[in-house]
Amino acid sequence: MNRQIRLLGIGLLGAYLVLFVQLNRLQVFGAEEYNEHPSNSRPLVADFGAPRGEIRAEDGTVLARSVDVEEGPFAREREYPQGELFAEVTGYFSFDAGATGLEDRFDAELRGERNELDDTIRELLGGDSTTADVNLTMSVQLQQAAREALGDRRGSVVVLDAQSGAVEALWSWPSYDPNLLSGTDTALARRQRQTLLAAPGDPLLPKTIREIFFPGSTFKVVTAAAALEAGVVSLDVPVFPTVDSYTPPLTTNELSNFANGQCGGPLRDLVRRSCNAGFAQLAVELLGQDQLVDTAEAFGFNQVPPLELPDVVASVMPTDFGEELGRDVVVSPELVRQLGDRIDTVALTDDMPSFAQSAIGQFEVKATPLQMALVAATIANDGVVPTPHLVDTVVDSEGAVVFEGDFTPWMRALRPDTAASVREAMVGVVETGTGQSVAVDGLHVGAKTGTAQIGASIESTHAWVIAFAGPNPDRPDIAVAVLVEADEAIGEQTGGRVAGPIAHDVIAAWTALQ
Amino acid sequence: MRSRRNRELILLALAAGGTAGAYALASLGRNASMPADLLPFFGVVLGLLLGAHLVLRWVAPHADPTILPVVALLNGLGYVFIARLSNDIGNATALPGQQAVWTAIGIGAFTATMIAVPRTRMLDDYRYIAGISGIVLLLLPLLPFIGREVNSARIWVRLGPINFQPGEFAKIALAIFIASYLAEKREILQVARFRVGPWSFPEPRHLAPVFAALGISLLVMVTEKDLGSSLLLFLVAAITLWVATSRLSYLFTGMAFFLAGGWVASRLFGHVQDRIDIWLDPWADPDGKGFQPVEATFALANGGITGTGPGRGEPYRIPEVETDFIFAAIGEELGLIGSTAILIAFVSLVASGLRIATGARDQFPKLLAVSLSALLGVQAFIIIGGIIRIVPLTGITLPFVSYGGSSLVANWVLVALLLRISNDAALRPELAPTDDFEIVP
Repeated sequence: MNRQIRLLGIGLLGAYLVLFVQLNRLQVFGAEEYNEHPSNSRPLVADFGAPRGEIRAEDGTVLARSVDVEEGPFAREREYPQGELFAEVTGYFSFDAGATGLEDRFDAELRGERNELDDTIRELLGGDSTTADVNLTMSVQLQQAAREALGDRRGSVVVLDAQSGAVEALWSWPSYDPNLLSGTDTALARRQRQTLLAAPGDPLLPKTIREIFFPGSTFKVVTAAAALEAGVVSLDVPVFPTVDSYTPPLTTNELSNFANGQCGGPLRDLVRRSCNAGFAQLAVELLGQDQLVDTAEAFGFNQVPPLELPDVVASVMPTDFGEELGRDVVVSPELVRQLGDRIDTVALTDDMPSFAQSAIGQFEVKATPLQMALVAATIANDGVVPTPHLVDTVVDSEGAVVFEGDFTPWMRALRPDTAASVREAMVGVVETGTGQSVAVDGLHVGAKTGTAQIGASIESTHAWVIAFAGPNPDRPDIAVAVLVEADEAIGEQTGGRVAGPIAHDVIAAWTALQ
Repeated sequence: MRSRRNRELILLALAAGGTAGAYALASLGRNASMPADLLPFFGVVLGLLLGAHLVLRWVAPHADPTILPVVALLNGLGYVFIARLSNDIGNATALPGQQAVWTAIGIGAFTATMIAVPRTRMLDDYRYIAGISGIVLLLLPLLPFIGREVNSARIWVRLGPINFQPGEFAKIALAIFIASYLAEKREILQVARFRVGPWSFPEPRHLAPVFAALGISLLVMVTEKDLGSSLLLFLVAAITLWVATSRLSYLFTGMAFFLAGGWVASRLFGHVQDRIDIWLDPWADPDGKGFQPVEATFALANGGITGTGPGRGEPYRIPEVETDFIFAAIGEELGLIGSTAILIAFVSLVASGLRIATGARDQFPKLLAVSLSALLGVQAFIIIGGIIRIVPLTGITLPFVSYGGSSLVANWVLVALLLRISNDAALRPELAPTDDFEIVP
């Protein structure tokens, strides 16, 4: 029997050797393949609980940070002490859905340069990790003011430093609390994300930078600037006829003034009173599509603004208004009489009616609230489009600046004298025009209102205001865009009545902070 | 043979030190702080082992000196990992306390067995009682009211507040029965008189009790869906039969029977087919049926050669990690070094057991040592092989390491019997019948 027992011993030893060989395959030779296997979520868990830098407002207020977690698989959890207030920019940091906003854009910097060994040594020494912190140009107080001013209406508020393009506030409602999506209870976070995805008004979408809207009459700033830049008109010449509508060539559909009112006069008054008919006539008969498209693109339309957030969308200015028909647009005798041979003829194209619509911010013209704030900033900034940026610096734990906000101009849109003329017209809007609700005591404020029709329903409109303001009339400090989205339950909301007071509140809050 | 016990004492101190060290490391790995109860913990571990050691000095001074320290190390390491895992598994905070109590009960059962069984041969007299009680223990979970089904396996019995798996104890009872029966009948069984075609077999009537015991136990296990224990018992019976008779045909016939039985079972029961499918290709459904073995593979790969360090891996991802899959947790956090150490521990246990078997003079203790060693070695092989996909996965515990009271206590009794056989063998033949432990050969 002892022979069998020895054989049994050898047999069992052989069986255990097979186990040893397989363990080597799993733990040594195949380890890399398994560690990188697509079904393996371990790297994700390690990442999710890894050290991560802070995101801070301009005054150092912490907007996002990682805190240690005692229980569960993750070492750390992302926390947003300001709740929903900065969700538009920080985004969230979700185990299932990944990161959005700055959490996504600066993921590599926040995470820091890491390698396993280095990390272990640092931890043993009790030292910092190499994670970097993101310092913003944004102000908590101004963001708070924007939230309070907009209230529970759907819409957006953008405040820029008009000279540098630094974002001071970026708010849209409905928003969400990123803490709900970034927790270590991943099942709960998943459910809450589903709820938010299904919620009305798309709270997860940063509408200031990711959704485009008809800009309506706020776009007349671009049209006016294009006309002044081209030299086809000045603020005072010619005087456009006072009418209730304008009928572009190739159509019988009239383009009416707001509420079918009588409206006309020189460009100064067209801007002040927001005359649709006058602007359509200006664009169709004197300006032409090439000039308008060029100017709109010089303001940033059809390009993605270089803001440090992921997936910023380009605002849209249509560029194709049909085939040239080989003849010129017939200029009305009244304008011919006033301008004479200073008129550059405009070639007639197929789709002139759509071009007329475009000149007043309808048809297919669509813009983000950010882009419209850039329009206001450009007017304030002597015709130079500032680079929109919300990151001041990104500083790693060793104090090295690994990223700096771009304070250089984006591009030039207008000559300084053109910008000065538009500023003058926009100040008129606040003093005696449609934007009087924007006025703030002690500040020079210029604005343009907009009441954009959406689709065929005239009852339901977006209310817009773009504005600039500051103590110095030649050098306004901030540019503001306010949008209150169309709401069928409310019906018509005009820019002056609905959006103007919001811009006023935000500008007043800004001046209180100076 | 005092030196044997002295060696054991040194090894026990090392095992207790290793356990306490692992306990401290696991706490450091998780919280970067030393556990507050480290010294009391070390004291309790050392105290329990010292108790077992002193009882051995008293009732079995000549017993093998390596078995108790190896078992102590496995038990201690298992406890540390259960305590470490309980931090991460929901509703598991009670596990370490329970495992500690079961360890104490196990060591108590160990000493009680050493004292209650002063001679191996007395077990020989209880052959049929052992066989019948083994079958009754296996049948208990099928009874209404007290039997309970957990995770589709009906292997639990509830008596008042206590849940246990009688099958763990049935294995030992059946091992005693088989060893005893074969010790008596081995000569008859070696003679093949009964011919079927080209093969010759012993007379069926001599084999009948063996096959009856096996048949009943297998039937019970199939109805209880406890495939791991079924495989284990069948293999151990076939091995013991082969050792007893020197006839390889028993081993191969046993294997053939089992493979046939496995094939029939896979046809009859969906879960057997599932197990085989998962074994062949766990990657076909990595988030569903293959989740457990796939996560175990990832855990082992994550551990690499040196492991993540105790408390620093993510073994909680594996379902049932504290019981069936604890080996994967050890492999992740202690690496190939740790997983190989577990293999070596079991190889060393089996080697000690088989050495005891070769040293035993009488047939019954020899065969009993073989079947008890095989129980340990094969059970560890089946569950480790299942985790690392060498054999289909069957849910059984890793002896001494996994969470589970019944398994722990039964295996402590098992090693007590091995040590008893070892002590008997060391006594001089002419003195063997006496109970005088003081005589040194």
